[in-house]
Amino acid sequence: MDLPNGSSEAPFSVSMLVNDKRYRGYTFQFIALLLLIFAMAYLGWNLTQNLAAKGLNISYQFLRVPAGYDINQRLIEYTSQSTHLRASIVGVLNTLLIAFLGCIMATVIGVFAGILRLSNNWIVAKLMAIYVEIFRNVPVLIWILIISGIFIVALPQPRSFRGENPEATMLWDAFAFTGRGIYAPKPLFNEGSSFVIVAFLLSLAAIFAYRRYAREKLYSEGVLLPTRWPSIALFFVPTVVVFFIAGSPIGVEYPELKGFNFKGGIWARGSLIALWFALSIYTGAFIAENVRAGIQAISKGQTEAAAALGMRPNFVMNLVVLPQALRVIIPPLISQYLNLTKNSSLAIAVGYMDITGTLGGITLNQTGRAIEAVLLLMLFYLIISLSISAVMNVYNNSVKIKER
Amino acid sequence: MADNTASFVRNQLIPESPPPSSETGAIKWVRENLFSSPLNIFMTVVSLWAIYSLIINVAPWFINGVWSGSSVRDCYEVLDGATGACFAVLKERWPQLIYGFKYPASEFWRPNLAAILLCIAIAPVLFRTVSRKLFFFTLIYPFLAFWLVWGGTILTSIVAFAGFLVALLSFRKLENHGFVIALIGGCAAALVCWILGGYIIDLGENFVALPAVPSRDMGGFMLNLILGTVCVSLSLPLGIVLALGRQSNMPIIKWICVFFIEFIRGVPLITLLFVANVVLAYFFPPDTNIDLILRVIIMITLFSAAYIAEVIRGGLAALPSGQYEAANSLGLDYAQSMRLIILPQALKVSIPGIVNVAVGLFKDTTLVSIISMFDLIGMIRGPILASTAWSGVYWELFAFAAMIFFIVCYSISQYSQWLERQLETDHR
Repeated sequence: MDLPNGSSEAPFSVSMLVNDKRYRGYTFQFIALLLLIFAMAYLGWNLTQNLAAKGLNISYQFLRVPAGYDINQRLIEYTSQSTHLRASIVGVLNTLLIAFLGCIMATVIGVFAGILRLSNNWIVAKLMAIYVEIFRNVPVLIWILIISGIFIVALPQPRSFRGENPEATMLWDAFAFTGRGIYAPKPLFNEGSSFVIVAFLLSLAAIFAYRRYAREKLYSEGVLLPTRWPSIALFFVPTVVVFFIAGSPIGVEYPELKGFNFKGGIWARGSLIALWFALSIYTGAFIAENVRAGIQAISKGQTEAAAALGMRPNFVMNLVVLPQALRVIIPPLISQYLNLTKNSSLAIAVGYMDITGTLGGITLNQTGRAIEAVLLLMLFYLIISLSISAVMNVYNNSVKIKER
Repeated sequence: MADNTASFVRNQLIPESPPPSSETGAIKWVRENLFSSPLNIFMTVVSLWAIYSLIINVAPWFINGVWSGSSVRDCYEVLDGATGACFAVLKERWPQLIYGFKYPASEFWRPNLAAILLCIAIAPVLFRTVSRKLFFFTLIYPFLAFWLVWGGTILTSIVAFAGFLVALLSFRKLENHGFVIALIGGCAAALVCWILGGYIIDLGENFVALPAVPSRDMGGFMLNLILGTVCVSLSLPLGIVLALGRQSNMPIIKWICVFFIEFIRGVPLITLLFVANVVLAYFFPPDTNIDLILRVIIMITLFSAAYIAEVIRGGLAALPSGQYEAANSLGLDYAQSMRLIILPQALKVSIPGIVNVAVGLFKDTTLVSIISMFDLIGMIRGPILASTAWSGVYWELFAFAAMIFFIVCYSISQYSQWLERQLETDHR
């Protein structure tokens, strides 16, 4: 409210810095900046004093020194002679692995539990409600410890697979579930296997292209082409044909019992499996609540309108309710993925070597470089969080209701 | 109508017959809710089987449970090969689970009393029907609880309380001169009061003193409760300030708040606890020695403040802009309009969200066991499971921990849902 004359032309005085709306903002910001600089300077001064007193400095040279410790679960080559930097990278990959696996399984569990919680079946609905409440209201650390205990105690040790009448047997002679982890067959890629992989990727692309073509045909000409059987055929036939033409280049290595342990195949450590299971079942409970809320947010009129058009219940769900519910579900779902990734740092409790276990655990303790290690650790998680939120913002903008 | 040709016409009503037995009561309910379609039958059978197998496995373990004994071997003797739980550990290590292993046994009444008083102090905050007069008790409770749990002279608490009281009084006195001046005046008055009070405390060290318990002796579930309540109550005002800062139209202040909030929300709590454990000491002046529990409280408070700030920001954004304009048109300045118009409404909307953050935070206090503090989980994983007497008593202890957390968190979240319904009716 600028008056034509008077206040805007009043002579400047110091009190106007606080009392006049035009200057007050600048004054406060100036003070805030000053306080911030002062606080930073104070903390920095303390830091240099403390570091000088202990004869330390800030340096990242420790990353190039051999680490000297072993990491049992690793995706890339690593020995105890590798550097701390490589140990950290192994940790980063382990974190990403557990986060990726966990997000997939948590989504599956959560979507199932969320839909079943709305089921007409009384017992199923109540069971799912109990599952959700129990898992949401107990700390994730307790669940990780309990579930890793179950995996170690409840599953048989490798030695019980031995002998004429073993206490435990392998599933289809290919999978062994033991207290030390799960053993699974490992694919062996021989010469010529690249043809098979290329064929497989090409057939995947062909499926997408065909479905897209079918949809455009439906929208433009109203002709409904079959999609299910052509997709399945495209998925299998070319790959299988190329596989045999190239002379079966991809083999399988089965895990075998040698002595007191299994050899060969893929060995997923018990800690990885337990952590994966614990994180996904815990996060699944939260996702179930999001899914339920999303479905309930769709007004009953939508379901009734679809039913009035003569749609069957599963069509109502797939074509009318879920596409609308997804708009409500996806944003909290992504923040649950973020939570899962952050909670995966509790891997340290079951001895799974993720980034917190390597860089923030053993490397920190061995080198004593607390500030540098924790800083790098935070930076890593920050980058992951910010990139996931960036993806979320892009998605939110793309599904926003387009108002005309 | 007397000469009707029909041979027989009933001239009174037949009494209503009950519906067929398949259409009433339990049978109808079971048919509609459990066996209405093949898929439903399948799901019912699967769930019944799941429940059955769970009960068949857990029930004997629970029923055969041994409640007395001084070590796990005593349990094995009593069980004699049968499966059964060894609940004796809960009985024998009860004080350790609840108070940690160093809190003096003769002083257990103090945390107990503090916990009971907490229930009284928190009642007027949670339920609007409770008398407003109890609010005064809520205000003095933190100081009372500090004295009870940590011990020492009561003068410390009195001086701390007096500082806040003096600050409030001088704020009221100076309020006419503007918010900023009043705020600075209040802070100065409190500082003077605390400095003077420091001398008084030094003089009367034994005035109504309880035996002092250093904070590294706190442990068990008590530590979880202390961390949860202290950090939530401290982070509330900080969260409000951060939320207001983020909504502010002054760019520098806004960006400071955005940076802080996003940074804290982007990293896991465990890294902040690492900071508290190994890094934070570097940032304090040399030769100050701040103990671990206080450093952890600082970091957890900052952590939950960022989350609470986001919840309150949601509440602020939900207010119609007419409220802001109404406050402006009444001629209220920023501080007044926030205090009298905006915040009361925004906070009311965001209470359920704040309660959710509080539950999450309370669950997250178990993470301190990873930086080797002996909270409930730390006690179980450390001293109890490592002892020769109770090694291998895994399930009983973790089931107990899960149960105790479930009871607390479930009641809080039920309360939050109840409150949400209360608030909803108010709007219509």
